[in-house]
Parts: sequence; structure tokens; C-alpha cells
Amino acid sequence: MPSDHLTRRSLLQGSAAVAAAAPTLASAGAATARPTAKGETGMIPVELTVNGREVHLQLDPRTTLLDALREHLHLTGTKKGCDQGQCGACTVIVEGRRINSCLTLAVMHDGDTVTTIEGLGTADKLHPMQRAFITHDGYQCGYCTPGQICSAVAVLEEIAAGVPSHVTDDLDRVALSDRELRERMSGNICRCAAYPNIIAAMNEVAGEKKA
Amino acid sequence: MKPFTYSRATSVADAAKTAAAMQGARFIAGGTNLLDLMKLQIETPTHLIDVNHLGLDRIEPTPEGGLRIGALVRNTDLAADKTVRRDYGVLSRALLAGASGQLRNKATTAGNLLQRTRCPYFYDTNMPCNKRKPGSGCGAIGGISRSLAILGVSDACIAQHPSDMAVAMRLLDAQVETVGADGVARAIPIADFHTLPGDTPHIESALKNGEIITSVTLPKPIGGTHVYRKVRDRASYAFALVSVAAVFGKDGGGRFAFGGIGAKPWRTPAADAAASSGAKAVAEAALSGARTTYHNAFKKTLVERTLASLYRQKEARS
Repeated sequence: MPSDHLTRRSLLQGSAAVAAAAPTLASAGAATARPTAKGETGMIPVELTVNGREVHLQLDPRTTLLDALREHLHLTGTKKGCDQGQCGACTVIVEGRRINSCLTLAVMHDGDTVTTIEGLGTADKLHPMQRAFITHDGYQCGYCTPGQICSAVAVLEEIAAGVPSHVTDDLDRVALSDRELRERMSGNICRCAAYPNIIAAMNEVAGEKKA
Repeated sequence: MKPFTYSRATSVADAAKTAAAMQGARFIAGGTNLLDLMKLQIETPTHLIDVNHLGLDRIEPTPEGGLRIGALVRNTDLAADKTVRRDYGVLSRALLAGASGQLRNKATTAGNLLQRTRCPYFYDTNMPCNKRKPGSGCGAIGGISRSLAILGVSDACIAQHPSDMAVAMRLLDAQVETVGADGVARAIPIADFHTLPGDTPHIESALKNGEIITSVTLPKPIGGTHVYRKVRDRASYAFALVSVAAVFGKDGGGRFAFGGIGAKPWRTPAADAAASSGAKAVAEAALSGARTTYHNAFKKTLVERTLASLYRQKEARS
């Protein structure tokens, strides 16, 4: 245990307070200052362009990019799953590349451009990949979906750019196939096992691109 | 995470000097392993020096006909580099066999070399681990050790080195170029870069206090068929139980390096010398001195069978 002594009671009280505060935070919309953990050693200014919008934050250096997005910018589309780079639910696109936002510090991305699921499309104007996920039932519970979609969009770009994968037979001839898509999506786990439908959605978008 | 302060390095010399002067300082590049360990408080740096802006992200030819790979070149970019694909195929293959697309986009060449073991007892802070807490004992010896090392191990530690990339680097006789806190540059042969656990398993490399990796150089390309075969519990995104990096020459010769079985990326001259005698002879030579547990003894058989599979594949192609 860390040095802070938590009792069950104080933990429950704390959770209740968080639950009560949540609606206020969610409705605030804009970036707000968040209380920082004890022993914090100085805030650092961080400037990001998130989904086309410039944002200025003051962050504890421990803040992951994931927490900056969710807790400070209230972009809760990006999900926290394992928080250790295994599940891919936190996948976002930074400077044009998909990464695990849980395994990187926000301060390391000062000046960077970030695209989250909220930046790909909206309910009124879906990104083709979002539409294809709906058409092909590429999810059940939906928790992994934002990460799956960000990853899927980046995967098609990686294939188009000729980046090889573990299953590419000839490293110089990268081509689209179900096998390639499955391998490249292995960093995104779906507990509901919507995998075949995700591959179908990706194939549809890839086909549209070709046409 | 424990609190820490953060700065961006402005030059290699400045980074090395700062790291040596501040006790508890660590470099951060990709951060995919360091931050994971910081969340678990296995790593507890007091200061992070962000080295991402030092411009060490180029791949360029050396005057000797080899390749210099900047310390910050991302795993994705190294695997996809045209020269690497053409002349050092085994390196591309090893990189692509590791981690996930997201992690390869972030992970760097130097960071990959320095990634820490995936021994479950190292990760579980409720367990003894001489690597995590020197002198606390080893939970893995006598524990559940299926994934762990059988070569280069000691009575203090049987942790395996997790990298795929480093196995290919070992095969290719790479050199690790560094700058020390005193500003002096040196090149460390990859064979000497990772250290064996002995009775100091917490020491994992030849790097000195403050010393920073600037690049990794590869000698002239080695002709022949480059292969990397990784055997693991899942088809993708899992660490190796056994991996074999090999280059088969047209003359029947070959060279081999192994992952998943050693305390460091494993290579022996005897295995290379046995290349023309086939898989069994290579396996026997490579596994000389192996020390197995009840759970990981299967790795010896798996090494031989993985080699046999590579030999069959090579023969089918020729």
C-alpha cells in the first residue's frame, strides 16, 4: 500500500463525494483545474491541439495523456481499461499515429496534435469507420469501441503507407487482408469478442477508400 | 505514481550531466515500459529527463558500409525503413514480432534495449525479487517459472530478457553508442551491453551513472536468408517463450541468436559453428549450460523444434 492510510469508510466516503461531484464536472464542459494528489511537486503548462481545438492546461507531471483527456478536458470517449498498455481502450491518434494514451505523460506531448474518438466524427456526421462499426455490429458493450475505431482508422493508413507487419510475407509488398487486419489490431482487446465484425467494418472502409 | 519533477533535455551532454548529478533521475523516451513500472511503484524516479527532442531519430549509413540507428528511432520506423527491410530483414522481423502497433509507434531503439524483464515476480510487489529489491530473495525459483530463463541464470535470479529487437541486434553484432556524464563517447558491443544477473540482478547493463545511448550501429549487411521465428502463447502481442533469429548463408553456414530463454539476448559461437550439422547440433550447442526448472524445462525441446522448423523452411525454399 502507498503511505496514505485508507480505511474502508474513508474510501467509501471519498467515492460518494466523487460520484456526487461527477455531474457538475461533466456539465462544466471546458477544461477545469483538478485537485492534485498529495506531495505534488509543481504544475507544468501543457499546450495541446485536441480535435482541432487548442487547449492550455496546468498539469501535475504524473498526468497521463489519457487522464488529461478524460479528467481535464472531459473527453470521456477515450476509455481507461487496463491502464497499462495491454487492452488498447485508450488508443488515440497523436501526430498522426495511434498510441496508448495511458502509457505516455501529457507533459511529453506539449505542442502535439491529438485526435480522439470525439474528433473523428459526431453523432450527426459519423466518420466512415464509425458508420461501418454500426453497420457490421462491431461491438456489443461498446467500452473498447473508441479505441478500436481510432486504431482501425490508423491501421488502414499504416497499410496504405506500406508499413509491414508480423504476417507480411514479403516486407516490401504490404497488402490488405483479413490476416493483416487481425494482426495489426492485436493491441485492441474486445471482451465481447466482436472481432469478426470489426474486421468486416474495416474491410468495408478499406474498400470505399480503394474505390 | 510517486511524485517527480520533469525537464526536457536540450542536448545529449546536458542530459547525461543532469542525469549523473541528480540522484534518482531517469531518462524517458517512449516511456511504454518505464511508466508502466512507475504506476506500480517498481520504478520510482524523482526526476524525469525527457530526451525525445534531442534529434536522435535518424537512420543513416556509416562510412564502414553499415547503418547508424538513432536512439530515438521508433520501433515502427526502424522495422519499416527500406534499408533495414532489404539488408537487415531479421531486424525488421524481430521488431514486428514484438508488442502491438500502438506500442511500436512509441517505443524507441534505446528504450527497447533497456526494457525490463517480464518475470511475474518482478512485477508482483508482494513477492520477493532480487532484481526489484536486492537481497529480498527470488520468488521465481521454486515458483511458477514457465516463462523464465534457462541460460545465464543465477541462484539470485532467473528472469528472462523480454526483447525481440535485441535478439536481432545481438545476431547482427550491433554496437551501442553512448555519451557519458563526462561528455566522453564510447561504443559498447551488444554482447557486453546486457549483463548477467550473478548476485547483482538489479544491474542489467554496462551503462554507467548518467550515460545515455545516442545510437545503435550495425556492421555491413550479412548476406543470406534472414529469419526470425517467435513461439508464444498467443499468435500476436505476447512475449516469447522461445525465439530464434537466424541468418542462413548460401554455403550452408549460419548464425543464431535466441530470445525468451536467456537472462540476456543469447548467442554462442558454438551454435554458429554447428550450423552445417543441423537443428539438433545447433540446439545442443546453444543450450550448453542450461539450467531448467520443472516448469520451463520444455524450452529446451522447443528450441530444438523451432530450429528444426527453420531448417525445414530454409530447405523448402532452396
